[in-house]
Amino acid sequence: MRLLTHNMLSSNIRGVVNGFPLRIEAGKVVEKNVEINGDFLKNMFVKIDWKAFVEASQSMGYTELPEEADSSMLDSDEFLNRFHHALLELHLEEGALVCPETGRRFPVSKGIPNMLLHEDEV
Amino acid sequence: MKLKELEGHLGSLDQFSNPKIELEQYPTGPHIASRMLFTAENSFGDVSNKVVADFGCGCGTLGIAAALLSAEHVFGIDIDPESLEIASLNAEELELDIDFIQSNVLDLVWRGPIVDTVIMNPPFGTRKKGADLDFLSVALKVASQAVYSLHKTSTRDHVKRSALRDFNARSAEVICELRYDVPKLYKFHKKKEVDIAVDLWRFVPASHQSRSI
Repeated sequence: MRLLTHNMLSSNIRGVVNGFPLRIEAGKVVEKNVEINGDFLKNMFVKIDWKAFVEASQSMGYTELPEEADSSMLDSDEFLNRFHHALLELHLEEGALVCPETGRRFPVSKGIPNMLLHEDEV
Repeated sequence: MKLKELEGHLGSLDQFSNPKIELEQYPTGPHIASRMLFTAENSFGDVSNKVVADFGCGCGTLGIAAALLSAEHVFGIDIDPESLEIASLNAEELELDIDFIQSNVLDLVWRGPIVDTVIMNPPFGTRKKGADLDFLSVALKVASQAVYSLHKTSTRDHVKRSALRDFNARSAEVICELRYDVPKLYKFHKKKEVDIAVDLWRFVPASHQSRSI
């Protein structure tokens, strides 16, 4: 699971008021290179919750992102490369996503998070 | 990529080994899947460089088609872990990066206007009535640009009404009518193969501000 997906996912347990962002417990992280698309990144930048994104990438072991970012940074290739790397090249293979409110763990196995709810959580 | 090439790739994918009738698991054949995504991209520009979600992805056919047509980020959601494993392998075979999530499509909560396009071949509702419209309702809340979906032609008026009146769609158009050939997958199927008339729909969601999430 890549961080772009993580940036969209929220805990869906009944009663949870703010289930975003899910905390990442990284067991195994894999890096896979993919071609950079500057236009796509500039498009995504305004839609990403940056704070959650930085936190998530740090949990995955990548610490090169600035804590705060604004769109002027998109002119810098260095920034774009780091943004690209964290957003699309880091894969959480094994670990868990944790609901920030309830602490409930959604396990991640072979890159697939299991977000299925138990009967009492729906 | 040409249509024939796309269709060829999709035809080589593995499909459900033990389809589960209660989930209405039917593979989306390469003929329909290729035309669906090819149209979405070439007529509407809804695939390449976009974030695309495949709801009820099964073995990943639609999501994979989107990735082959240069969607920038694709993710697929399905409730069945076995299908997701097959989908993962299918994506890996073609060296495609697709994120898969195990979940009930109807239960997921999404943040933000990140998803551009939702593509789906939802359960038609033969087991759980109205399942396809439940999927459509969620899809229209999640997509910011377009939703492509298959529904039985016999339900055309009902689908249009639901989309426009109940799910806040700005538009609901049948792009074309296709024949969905359903092979004899389950024991209760009497004929070797049946042809169902299905509509390929393109829905445009209401603008983000007016949606109620």
